[in-house]
Amino acid sequence: MYEGAVQDLIDELGRLPGVGPKSAQRIAFHLLAAESADVERLASTLVRVKNEVKFCSVCGNVAQADVCRICSDARRDPSVICVVEEPKDVVAVERTREFRGRYHVLGGAISPIDGVGPDDLRIRELLARLRDGTVTELILATDPNLEGEATATYLARLVGPLGIAVTRLASGLPVGGDLEYADEVTLGRAFSGRRRIDAMS
Amino acid sequence: MPLYRDEAVVLRVHKLGEADRIVTLLTRRHGRVRAVGKGVRRTTSRFGARLEPGSHIDVQLHSRLADGQAPPGGQRGLDLVTQTESIGAYGAELAGDYARWTAGSAICETAERLTEEGEPALRLYLLVVGALRALVAGEHDPGLVLDAFLLRSMSVAGWQPALQECALCSAPGPHAAFNVAAGGAVCESCRPSGSARPAAETVGLMLALLTADWASADASGPSARRAASGLVAAHLQWHLERGLRSLPLVDRGAPGLMETP
Repeated sequence: MYEGAVQDLIDELGRLPGVGPKSAQRIAFHLLAAESADVERLASTLVRVKNEVKFCSVCGNVAQADVCRICSDARRDPSVICVVEEPKDVVAVERTREFRGRYHVLGGAISPIDGVGPDDLRIRELLARLRDGTVTELILATDPNLEGEATATYLARLVGPLGIAVTRLASGLPVGGDLEYADEVTLGRAFSGRRRIDAMS
Repeated sequence: MPLYRDEAVVLRVHKLGEADRIVTLLTRRHGRVRAVGKGVRRTTSRFGARLEPGSHIDVQLHSRLADGQAPPGGQRGLDLVTQTESIGAYGAELAGDYARWTAGSAICETAERLTEEGEPALRLYLLVVGALRALVAGEHDPGLVLDAFLLRSMSVAGWQPALQECALCSAPGPHAAFNVAAGGAVCESCRPSGSARPAAETVGLMLALLTADWASADASGPSARRAASGLVAAHLQWHLERGLRSLPLVDRGAPGLMETP
């Protein structure tokens, strides 16, 4: 046990995800040895992010204003919504530069064993966005694990009667891998999602 | 046993660090085991898809305990998953059907709660595998499969509800009253106040589920199924002394978000 402020800092750092007691101690002593200006910059950034960053009232993504940069961008296609679990998934899709529509962040995935049901996610808000008739396609980009698949299944069942095209991101083999190392589930999905290759002209 | 191999069902997964997962397994010979799957959340993982909840796998694990070594402080610690082969990807097959998937989640949570780490539970393991197979086969209503599993797993745990005789005096039934705290059906002279009075069809359905009389169970009506699932859930949670998180979320054909105003 250290005295006063040092122990308080170690305790606070230890509450962060993925930071154990040893890591917390290492970070605390790194901060103690750092320049005052660096530590003050870190502290002010932490305070600023808590005070200024909020969740977009439309899509649920992190935003500096009431509506995020993507939702307020008139050049984005309002007829396509890509549904993701977390704000960090928006960044992952944006990196592809393939998608020019808008997003909806659910805030997680349905997981009964963890007590997370449909009412704990932003599904009502999604349905409200779909009711005005602007959206013609809903892309379900939840994680390719069981919770993500089940959430996508639930959403497809919910949105189907509205007459909106519901699509799911393809699953299959990772680029750069060897076929022999693929597991049965992934390879099975790759087979069921196979596509025709057009003959070169 | 630094390296050992077993068959297992994945009951639950937790995220760990950047790309790892802690998996809770119900194994055939070693009971409930918690292990780390290194890098299984990466898209390039060779066995990430096999370590999803509901997967039936042949797994090789590395234990940190040497042969005969007692776990320090009674804590067994986490083993390491080194290889897996798929026996049945039940979870992946269930994820395409919301009702069956929620029932499968409740089965996995119940199995986790009814077992102790490192204590073999072969009968429960076989029940879990059988229930997941039945859900995938889709021959019976998922709610019935779940209730049958809950009743039989309670029976394995020693908490089988009395259905044909009085739970308190063993007087032969059938009896009209049912009391969860007393342990099942109770006769008129033993009946504690506040006992439920389920319909005879409800108790008959519970007996059919307990004895694998699927012809009778499949022929039961919705009201009997609803009442039986309520009694089964109450009986289980009374004995567990805690609620199951997944049970209220099991999709038994209740109105979803679209039906609510």
